[in-house]
Amino acid sequence: MSADHAVASHDAHVTSTGLSNVKVGMWLFLGSECLLFGGLISTYMLYRGRVGTGPTPMQVFDIPFTSVSSFVLLMSSLTMVLGVSAAHKGDDRNTYLWVAVTALLGATFVGGQVYEFTAFYNEGMGFSTSLFTSSFYVLTGFHGVHVTVGIIMLMSTLGIMKRSKVPGSKSETVEMLGLYWHFVDIVWIIIFTLIYLIPV
Amino acid sequence: MSTDTTTHTEEHGMSNAGYIKIALILAAITALEVSTYYVDFGRLFMPALMIMMVVKFIMVVSYFMHLKFDNKMFTWIFYAGLILAIGVYCVALATFHFFS
Repeated sequence: MSADHAVASHDAHVTSTGLSNVKVGMWLFLGSECLLFGGLISTYMLYRGRVGTGPTPMQVFDIPFTSVSSFVLLMSSLTMVLGVSAAHKGDDRNTYLWVAVTALLGATFVGGQVYEFTAFYNEGMGFSTSLFTSSFYVLTGFHGVHVTVGIIMLMSTLGIMKRSKVPGSKSETVEMLGLYWHFVDIVWIIIFTLIYLIPV
Repeated sequence: MSTDTTTHTEEHGMSNAGYIKIALILAAITALEVSTYYVDFGRLFMPALMIMMVVKFIMVVSYFMHLKFDNKMFTWIFYAGLILAIGVYCVALATFHFFS
């Protein structure tokens, strides 16, 4: 047994379920997030045809651009899982690398969303232009905020790891970060299909 | 040593090559999804998009989030929230005659 595994066994807490409380808490949080995004997606589906005098979704959406953004976020899930894998192996160097790349890809996605919102606004699609625009900005904005929070957590974790040399036994921290990041990715998988690809 | 490696794989899922394969499959499905915007799939358009979305969702949750390899309790917790959300909002949308 390696030193990291020995530390991991030593640090493991005994719980009544035999499962990590942190992990159970994270999955409960993600389950509740399904309700949050479910509400926002349902609201959008209900109002997407209510464009009033404003532009319709098909007039403003830039599918090639959003497809590239989606691909970037999808690949950030790969880099995140590689970071989690490295953390489990106690490979600090690769953990730093993949977590940093994930944050970079996340920032690219958020940058793309800011560009997209700016382009939409310039085309006359303000927040209160119609029920469609309001529900669209709230849904995609909430997702963007989640990605931004994820980037902040990734960068904070990197900083903490650098300062306190988080060993393999603390890999659960990176794993929880990974669960949150992948959740943000699966929400975008749904948004991309239902909001961008299905015409009104 | 080999026992340690086996235990590690069981606890934490796949090898890095496995993750890259999953990512390539996800990228290919995404490309196919985008192609539905440009190519006329006729009556298959909506079912194909829905199936591809669900497949991508399940692949990320199962492999990247390790639900396939982790304790089944986590699967129950997450899918309970998801199914509750789908149920609640389908009923809510039905009250607005969204599906009519």
